Amino acid sequence: MYVLLWTDALIYLLVLVVIGFALYARRWEHLRAPWREVVQSRLGTGAAVVLFAYITIGLLDSVHFHPRLKGEDAQAAEPYSTEVISLFDVIVAPLREHVEKTYSAPFATHLYARETIELPDGREVREYPRLQYGGAHLQDPASDRIPDILHTSAIALVEALGVWLFCVVLVVGSLARLAGKTMQDRVRAIVSRRTVVPWDVILVTSGMLIACTFLVAHLGVKYHMLGTDKVGEDVFYQALKSIRTGLVIGTLTTLVMLPFAILLGIMAGYFRGWVDDAVQYVYTTLNSIPGVLLIAAAILMMQVYMANHEDSFTSLESRADIRLLFLCIILGITSWTGLCRLLRGEALKLRDIDYIQAAHSFGVGHFSIITRHILPNVMHIVLITVVLDFSALVLAEAVLSYINIGVDPTMESWGNMINSARLELARDPIVWWSLTAAFIFMFGLVLSANLFSDAVRDAFDPRLRMART
Amino acid sequence: MIAYIIRRAAYAIPILIGINIVTFVLFFVVNSPDDMARMHLGVKRVTPEAIENWQHERGYDKPLLWNGEAPGAKRFIDTIFFKKSARLFVFDFGRSDSGRDIGYDISQRMWPSLAIAIPSLFIGLLVNITFALLIAFFRTTYVDVSGVVLCVVLMSISGLFYIIGGQYLVGKLLNLVPISGYDSGLNAIKFVVLPVIIGVIGGIGAGTRWYRTLFLEEIGKDYVRTARAKGLSERGVLYKHVLRNGLIPILTGVVAILPLLFMGSLIVESFFAVPGLGSYTIDAINSQDFAIVRAMVFLGSVLYIIGLLLTDISYTLVDPRVRLS
Repeated sequence: MYVLLWTDALIYLLVLVVIGFALYARRWEHLRAPWREVVQSRLGTGAAVVLFAYITIGLLDSVHFHPRLKGEDAQAAEPYSTEVISLFDVIVAPLREHVEKTYSAPFATHLYARETIELPDGREVREYPRLQYGGAHLQDPASDRIPDILHTSAIALVEALGVWLFCVVLVVGSLARLAGKTMQDRVRAIVSRRTVVPWDVILVTSGMLIACTFLVAHLGVKYHMLGTDKVGEDVFYQALKSIRTGLVIGTLTTLVMLPFAILLGIMAGYFRGWVDDAVQYVYTTLNSIPGVLLIAAAILMMQVYMANHEDSFTSLESRADIRLLFLCIILGITSWTGLCRLLRGEALKLRDIDYIQAAHSFGVGHFSIITRHILPNVMHIVLITVVLDFSALVLAEAVLSYINIGVDPTMESWGNMINSARLELARDPIVWWSLTAAFIFMFGLVLSANLFSDAVRDAFDPRLRMART
Repeated sequence: MIAYIIRRAAYAIPILIGINIVTFVLFFVVNSPDDMARMHLGVKRVTPEAIENWQHERGYDKPLLWNGEAPGAKRFIDTIFFKKSARLFVFDFGRSDSGRDIGYDISQRMWPSLAIAIPSLFIGLLVNITFALLIAFFRTTYVDVSGVVLCVVLMSISGLFYIIGGQYLVGKLLNLVPISGYDSGLNAIKFVVLPVIIGVIGGIGAGTRWYRTLFLEEIGKDYVRTARAKGLSERGVLYKHVLRNGLIPILTGVVAILPLLFMGSLIVESFFAVPGLGSYTIDAINSQDFAIVRAMVFLGSVLYIIGLLLTDISYTLVDPRVRLS
């Protein structure tokens, strides 16, 4: 049974907006040119491929439903489970379902803590019990484990190589078809980096991603690749699930704030006078309040509200989801001011430029001037701000969750993973895998977003463009 | 100049009023004092008397804006808005929900915050400017490219990683300094070193990259070409001309955040258990002490506005082309 969460709906909307913009931009050369430049930058393209992988996982994780019950319960009047899972959960079902008792190290076969085990002959010993799933297929874990890991990885890599070669042939073939040249010619062009689009970067990056996917598919079923956490959940699964949270915070916040920032910023710069004063007053006031404190105050207030209206939230998921959305809105309120000020300044400059003066003297209305002449000329600022803000927001989520004013504690997010794992550093031997996993996944997303946004900024910022020529 | 400063300061008043209204709405209108009492006392099994008692102790039992029962001017004064929000204007923060004097707490906790924030800022500034000049000196070479990539990589690492990693490495593995805590007087140094170092390292990526663009922008200008044309060495150009002009935006940026140093860093302070204002705020958030959060919101806003004012003034001081208007 399909479930539509609020953030899901907004994500679909965002995807539609992006697709719509892409279709629109295709028709105009002046919009295509900067994007072509983005694609040509090698770092930017590589980062885009990684980002694409993250986004794919995030999108798969945004289709939620109640699964159909199995076995006897399937005959009930409502044959659906109460829990909400996503399409992504179905794909990585083994990761999700392999729950151990408590901590276990990456690739471990035994639990992290000693337990009292009753032997068949009635004696009791304290030792590390075997894991229920991790390495359960091994006869003698001590000697078989490493050969088995190597063997499985080798199989995975060979399969990955096969799939990758297939993809390469497909890409090169279609490129040759389009250019009307032979395959050898195209291969030579790609290897010697003579193609316009850096296909070598794309193919190598996606090759690595494919390899990672196959490694996970093979090893993840047999072992806990990044260990398990306190309640025995697979850390790798948590880190993957956190991708959606990070992406939602990074993108929906912008989606929420954009209309305000654009509308108010342009109006302030264009109309000047009392409109300008009012808008400036609003954003200076909001900006003066320290962002973290405003978020904290708002989240505290929402907690009070939620505690007093418990019955209006049907499930844990919808509760966590509303909190996530609310966090996005609050983050949006604290972060729209920067963009608003930039747009005001730009609109102030544009309104005195000749072509807008000319439009005025032809009697064009304010609305048409704003939508047809000013808006298209400030879009590059909007775009640059959006991509630059993304990584900052992803990082902010971790910090906010650490002070308990971030996403709901029941929701998987990197911030929550770090928050719950940081106390375990005091243990001996330390439990390092949860922290490491969260940091690595976050680093991957933020780094690729940063590199991509650099490429976008270089291509779109006219000032930089002039400086380079 | 004085007239300008007074006028600018006068602009701050409506903004402060606005902030006050926002906090008032957020804390008292969106959620009534009733809700807050329930939150504190537990939602279930709470008697109306207990709620009333809780509100009375903290002065939340008065009407919000208008006290119709009281005589004369007390109609305004004997309300929550006047007692709790308007009193903030004279920096009377009142008592926290647990009964402590907030003003006293702030004056005590200010110093540890400053002891960490000030060295972090200035050492960070020095380090970032040095690296940025170095990269600018080697512009368009591999040093430049790899320097920028390194900055992006450093920027992409979560601040939490620097803190946790630093604590683990320096405090636990190497056992050089205590991991957390604080002491009075000079004894505090051994507690301050690690947070400062981590603060500096965490800021290198973004800072260096930003300053590099500023310096490169200056290098492209005509006066630099003139300086080279008259035979100045590259070092002379960088130190005498580029550095000085590049420092203008850097210093005005620093001036803007100077007042906010009082607030301390939320995360660093709570990780290192420093009894500063940052950890004070975090503790208040975690224990849901609305009075403290309200006071800190107001204090932070005032400091931010002072920062804005200082920025404007410093612009006119360092750059005579900016007119007082």
